[in-house]
Amino acid sequence: MLRKVLYIDLSSRESWIEERQDLFEDWMGGTGVGIKLLQEECPAGTDPLSPQAPIILSIGPLNGFFPVATKTVATFKSPLTGELGESYAGGRLSLALRFAGHEAVVIRGRAERPAYISINDADVNVKDATSIWGIDAQTTGVILREHETGVGRRSIIRIGPAGEKLVRFAGVVVDTYRHFGRLGLGAVFGSKMLKALVVSGTEHADVPDARRYREVYSRLYSTIVKTDVMEKYHDIGTSVNINVLNWLKGLPTKNFILSSFSEGEKISGEMFADNYLFRRLSCAGCPIGCVHIAALKSAFSTHHEFELRKVSYDYEPIYSLGSNLGVSTAEGILRLIDVCERMGMDVMSAGVVLSWATEAMERGLITTKETMDIPFQWNNVEGYSRALESIVKPPNEFYSALAMGVDYAAKKYGGREFAMALGKNEVSGYHTGPASIVGQLVGVRHSHLDNAGYSIDQKAAKRSMDPEMMVDEIIKEDNSRGVFNSLVGCLFARGVYTEENIIDALGAVGITKTKDDLQSLGRRIFEEKYKFKIQEGFDLSHAHIPKRFYETVSTLGIVAPETIEEMLRQYKKKRGWGPG
Amino acid sequence: MVGNVNVEAEMKEQKKRRRLKVAHPERCIGCLGCMFACSRTRTGTVSLQNSAIKVQTQGGIEGDFRVVACRGCDDAPCARACPVGALEQRPDGAVVFHKDLCTGCGSCEKACLVGAITMGKDAKPIKCIHCGACVAFCPHDVLRLEEVSA
Repeated sequence: MLRKVLYIDLSSRESWIEERQDLFEDWMGGTGVGIKLLQEECPAGTDPLSPQAPIILSIGPLNGFFPVATKTVATFKSPLTGELGESYAGGRLSLALRFAGHEAVVIRGRAERPAYISINDADVNVKDATSIWGIDAQTTGVILREHETGVGRRSIIRIGPAGEKLVRFAGVVVDTYRHFGRLGLGAVFGSKMLKALVVSGTEHADVPDARRYREVYSRLYSTIVKTDVMEKYHDIGTSVNINVLNWLKGLPTKNFILSSFSEGEKISGEMFADNYLFRRLSCAGCPIGCVHIAALKSAFSTHHEFELRKVSYDYEPIYSLGSNLGVSTAEGILRLIDVCERMGMDVMSAGVVLSWATEAMERGLITTKETMDIPFQWNNVEGYSRALESIVKPPNEFYSALAMGVDYAAKKYGGREFAMALGKNEVSGYHTGPASIVGQLVGVRHSHLDNAGYSIDQKAAKRSMDPEMMVDEIIKEDNSRGVFNSLVGCLFARGVYTEENIIDALGAVGITKTKDDLQSLGRRIFEEKYKFKIQEGFDLSHAHIPKRFYETVSTLGIVAPETIEEMLRQYKKKRGWGPG
Repeated sequence: MVGNVNVEAEMKEQKKRRRLKVAHPERCIGCLGCMFACSRTRTGTVSLQNSAIKVQTQGGIEGDFRVVACRGCDDAPCARACPVGALEQRPDGAVVFHKDLCTGCGSCEKACLVGAITMGKDAKPIKCIHCGACVAFCPHDVLRLEEVSA
């Protein structure tokens, strides 16, 4: 297998392909290759919205070959946090890249006017997108489908107005229902005048031994569909956790003032599934079908005239635009998700920005003068919907500040103690205990998925764990996920891809690795990412933790600041960063 | 939720003519598992192009999926259209392909309104052999393998 990197320069409209066998051999693919390319392409102090800042998309050696290896990783410098930007998306992108023959794509420069990139196998064109600039993300997909080839095997990724207007938490919509949501890749697209990227390929991939390949494939496939390893994802879906975390006092409610929502039942995964779910979809190459699509039917006149919207939902958007905003209806949440989809912005950051603003208004830090008469009040779906659109415009200084993220806005208007961000990234929907807080703070991209601290807390609720045990678990996950994210698999399937199974799957595509190799790779990837983070100014010792985390009861009770301090001390010691 | 994935053993036991049926296209989730199974089993490659069954989108994944598969016609137009006898319909109804006779003219592709035959990169038709590999890897009961009464 030739392992190639496609380089595209938007300024010169040139593209070229380089064979980078060593890079892929040393760093596997996916996030391992992504961080190395970022180090090559992004010198210290690069403005993340300048032409020099790169966008790197990469897949790994299992994408296309094995079930559930369906993700593509985007690596960039985050305009939200100013340090490592890393985001994962499913859909059809990894497959399209595989069959186009590019395991990594590096995009540099800035187009002279709005443009989109079309990749068909080795043929790469930068095309004019002036006529679709300003159009919402969904319609952009509809239009580009008409102009590009590759029906059924292509991937169309695009930004909405939020990315164009450089909202720092703008995302990139991937094949309609999936996203590079977090850390502002959409704004990086926008800064390059890049509206979209269409990828399709007609190549195929060979394996060294077809019989062995089929054997390993069938075994992994059976594990995925026949055992309960992934059951949670194909029935109710991730939103099954709304009720679970609500019972456990881990569901952030009204900007983390509470950790359970009295009206949680009304927005539970069961409620969505019973009343709104109408179909489930898969990323290409995954038999699970975890993408849950709700039908939102709303009347726009009294004469039985309806709008029908198809909206995908999951646990995180129900938290961020639901319980965390006190929104107690499924319709209200779906409406807000739909606004974010059209604007092309990250639902998690958007929800946390709004929840901070609502509390800030309650406390008198901002007034209707700043909000231009929109009352920021819990459960005010109409107001929130208008506010989201204002963030994209933005019509005044206040909304401009919201568009910079919650940490920025709170530094300007006050209330940083309840501006729920860690490492400047708006937090995910868990107030489960100390491991969730520490996990997101130390995580390479400040995401709950870096090391699943929320899951460690839930384990600790069943059998007690001391801070050191929690830290050990976080480090183990930090490292092993670096390996899995190099393949690039869907984290929902991490239980299927044990070290043994990864070694077998790699063997079937002609890559020999040992357990030691994998463990060392995981450590090295983590270290390279931290090198970049530190280079760009991230300092764990001085990272801000909002006081709110210590005030609201969590699944494991009130979290004491001392516990967090102790865990951070342990973490630094075990990472070899300090005396402890 | 899934059939027998041990396809190769299944194929050996096969005696009566079997026919693939797209029983519940509306249940498709677009995983493309059938397409990968087809190319993996028939050609030993990882490919969408080499698959005889096609899952097509209509208006992206927001729209409905269309599952395009050979219907195993009793009076097969693809075989009738072939000018050189490379596609031959046997008395039991099965259409077999003689690669050495094929000139790559594409008449079979045109004859099938369903669109079940596509021409491969080698200019030979990619044609379903009703082996059932796709059925075994469909997680949503979209596909079925039926026995054909003589």
